[in-house]
Amino acid sequence: MAGRPRVALLVTCLADTLFPDVGKASVAVLERLGCEVVFPAAQTCCGQAHINTGYQRDALPLVRGFVETFEGFDAVVAPSGSCVGSVRHQHAIVARRFGDEALAQRAEGLAARTYELSEYLVDVLGVTDVGASYPHTVTYHPTCHSLRMLGVGDKPLALLRAVHGLQLVELPAAEECCGFGGTFAVKNADTSTAMLADKMSAVLTTGAEVCAASDSSCLMHIGGGLSRLKTGVRTVHLAEILASTDDVPAGVA
Amino acid sequence: MTAAVPGRDIARETVLTRIRDALGPDPVVPEVSRDYVTGSDLEPDAVVERFAERVDDYRATVHRTGHAELPATLAALITASGAGRVGVPVGLDYAWLTELPDDLEVVRDQPTYDTAALDTLELVVTASTVGIAETGTIVLDASPDQGRRALTLVPDHHICIITTDQIVHTVPEALPRLDPTRPLTMISGPSATSDIELDRVEGVHGPRTLHVIIVTD
Amino acid sequence: MSVAPQERGKGAPQERGKRAPQERGKVVPQGRTLLPVVVHAPRGVGHLRGDESFPDAARGALADTQLRRNLGHATATIRDKRAKVVGEVDDWEALRTAGKAIKDHTMARLPELLTQLEANVTAAGGVVHWARDATEANQIVTRLVAETGSREVVKVKSMATQEIALNEALADAGIEAFETDLAELIVQLGDDKPSHILVPAIHKNRAEIRELFARTLPGVDPELTDDPAALAGAARQHLRERFLTAKVGISGANFAVADTGTLSVVESEGNGRMCLTLPETLITVMGIEKLVPTWQDLEVFLQLLPRSSTGERMNPYTSLWTGVHEGDGPQSFHLVLLDNGRTAVLADEAGRETLNCIRCSACLNVCPVYERAGGHAYGSVYPGPIGAILSPQLTGIEDNASLPYASTLCGACYEVCPVKIDIPSILVHLRAEHVEAQRETRRVPTAEAISMAAASWTMADASRWEKAQTASRAGRLLGRRRDKDAGRIRSLPGPLAAWTAARDAPRPPAETFRQWWARDRGADT
Repeated sequence: MAGRPRVALLVTCLADTLFPDVGKASVAVLERLGCEVVFPAAQTCCGQAHINTGYQRDALPLVRGFVETFEGFDAVVAPSGSCVGSVRHQHAIVARRFGDEALAQRAEGLAARTYELSEYLVDVLGVTDVGASYPHTVTYHPTCHSLRMLGVGDKPLALLRAVHGLQLVELPAAEECCGFGGTFAVKNADTSTAMLADKMSAVLTTGAEVCAASDSSCLMHIGGGLSRLKTGVRTVHLAEILASTDDVPAGVA
Repeated sequence: MTAAVPGRDIARETVLTRIRDALGPDPVVPEVSRDYVTGSDLEPDAVVERFAERVDDYRATVHRTGHAELPATLAALITASGAGRVGVPVGLDYAWLTELPDDLEVVRDQPTYDTAALDTLELVVTASTVGIAETGTIVLDASPDQGRRALTLVPDHHICIITTDQIVHTVPEALPRLDPTRPLTMISGPSATSDIELDRVEGVHGPRTLHVIIVTD
Repeated sequence: MSVAPQERGKGAPQERGKRAPQERGKVVPQGRTLLPVVVHAPRGVGHLRGDESFPDAARGALADTQLRRNLGHATATIRDKRAKVVGEVDDWEALRTAGKAIKDHTMARLPELLTQLEANVTAAGGVVHWARDATEANQIVTRLVAETGSREVVKVKSMATQEIALNEALADAGIEAFETDLAELIVQLGDDKPSHILVPAIHKNRAEIRELFARTLPGVDPELTDDPAALAGAARQHLRERFLTAKVGISGANFAVADTGTLSVVESEGNGRMCLTLPETLITVMGIEKLVPTWQDLEVFLQLLPRSSTGERMNPYTSLWTGVHEGDGPQSFHLVLLDNGRTAVLADEAGRETLNCIRCSACLNVCPVYERAGGHAYGSVYPGPIGAILSPQLTGIEDNASLPYASTLCGACYEVCPVKIDIPSILVHLRAEHVEAQRETRRVPTAEAISMAAASWTMADASRWEKAQTASRAGRLLGRRRDKDAGRIRSLPGPLAAWTAARDAPRPPAETFRQWWARDRGADT
């Protein structure tokens, strides 16, 4: 008989520093479903921002650090589609670029055991009803890397539909990028803003009080825009909704 | 010949050398797996039905007729078009033209006819080589009953006759039936453009009217 | 400095024209030693480079409300059409897989297939020319036209001839080139630049086109309306006489078939047929990558291209010709095979698959960046996601350095590409090439490079990282003005000001996740 699933949490540098509630929520959901959650403290960053900005040489130590930190675990879970996307599709490329084939192969092995949160819940644990309660109207932005790099499909929506009290409203043009794109938001700030404006319009037409997604970076972008315009719509990570229960509701701010 | 022009060989050798160097000594040549559909899962009648549907979809007009009724169908169509001068390729079956009105001028294409002469033709009637049901396409291969390419291009109205045994379901079924040494024209509906706001408009430079007669027996 | 073997010999500007490592001097019949090189498309000729960086060029487009509306409408229309006709093909994924495999296979056998094509075209009565770059291609075509004695040519829309600026070269030789594709005509009449691969005038709406025609077409009906059918009719009338009298036609090619020597042009209006059939001389300019090995391979691409491109099951006209056909069409046929940087693309193993592109433009139509910034912002004749990789690959990264960054890496392009070009991965690869090139050429690193290196150093060690987190929080330093209630920062300093121009930034929380974990769960794992 298999024991409790043991899961290493890749909290992501962004959630660690700016959105710790996302990390706490991830822990809460996984533990509620019977997992033993471990937080390897040696973790820092997956290197995605470096890689996507062109600094693969600077990303190499981060890739090596990730592999060394997480290699001993059967499953790595992160509340971020784009960080998992980087682990799965970029780490080995970085290692090979600098001629480290051994690291590339270790990275590939680890990538196969690294999951985005909704993937782990639905595919590995086989759960869609995680016992959450969240009495709010929610629209969901699927995020590009979850959708197209990982192919998570409608797993996040299946999880949301099973949340008690949650009213899910469809987001128009949901699959279109919000315009974040990492340093794109700074290097091409005007185009990024134009894309953000359209994403915000789509969110506002739904009448939802919450815009949810599975990536803190996209949420920071969309939320930053919604806040600037005082729209009254807030952004919440999927993990926080799934962690919310009648006893311990998610924070409202 | 231009082959003697100095520099040509240098350019050729340079480009080929650059390519070889770019590829390295042992480029991996991947296998091509053809897991796509190459045949048809439709009954022959359904293939013809699909062909008619798809040709019609792109605003060509489809007619169905038997061999015996073909001359009358053709005559009616030409009369209705109002054309007075009609071109046909040299090899078009004369029997098809037996019921045309007497006052209609039928011109058999000749190599000596230049473009200006072709431009005096108001309508052209040809046979065809292959029809593709899935895409509503007719293929002409410039055989004697289809004529050279300019003949079906310059006149503004094209009536094309196809028999059911010439119609296949899919694109992969069509290509083996074609002879690449012949000049080929694949036609799917009348000429069209989507260049203005991506809105499809029929009728630009090629024939603006296309009639397809399917001979059903 | 360790550089992987395949990276050497390219990228850095001072290395342009240097020998690639695997290359050896080869002797040509004339006895001259050729230096094997990775040679990009030369500067000073052609339309592969813009005057401004992408962000600067995009700024104006983003502010042009009419342009935004035109692009939004047109791309939405074509996206829907494509989705509909692709949706009805059950074996679409198998076709894409085969399309990619055929093109990968073609590139690996390119020397052999090109010479096979050459032999078959020659045997069928055509003449094959090789052009190392845009200048040479322009010289060849100009000479061929001059030899006919004609002072004008009719042209089928062709990306290759746009790329090499053939019209300008012909004009310099006193030869007038008439674009006959409706959108190309609109661009030419307006003294404009193309902004889309398939529909070069996508940035213009019907009212703007009516106004242009009324102003520039000789003898146009003053009552001309902005109905697209009427506008197409005006173009027909304008070009008809030109077609019927032209002595020389110039085209590109969508496909060349090596094992038969067949060339192909895929089009809609019939202007292609006119140019390919009526003139006495036909000159086709084709990139060396545009061939397929066998006749059978067309069965894949004739399905992939129209559905991806115009969103039709099949385009109205596809012309296929093999050399010269006696008594039918041009009796003189010339094929110009163009390198112009393509071999440099081929030399980059990680970016080589860009050459698989069949110019359908599906990636433009789904790209959120293209939809908002438009094609002109890319500078090159190749806009959109494919242009963001192809242009810098052809010119060398230093000449189009901003293009690989003109993407959020959202992946919509990869999803629709009929030959599965992994555009996002190549964008990331080119960014790395750019950064590496800068690292080698700049004496002083960029501010970005310094901060990236610093971040890497910090993040390579968890204790350093934790100290940095604490420092940033202790300062809460970033916000000059804060929304006390929302915990948001409205203004960040330095380059990050671009972020807070339109978005609030979150304030660092009182406690990081790892601090919470250590406090709540005790000892480190």
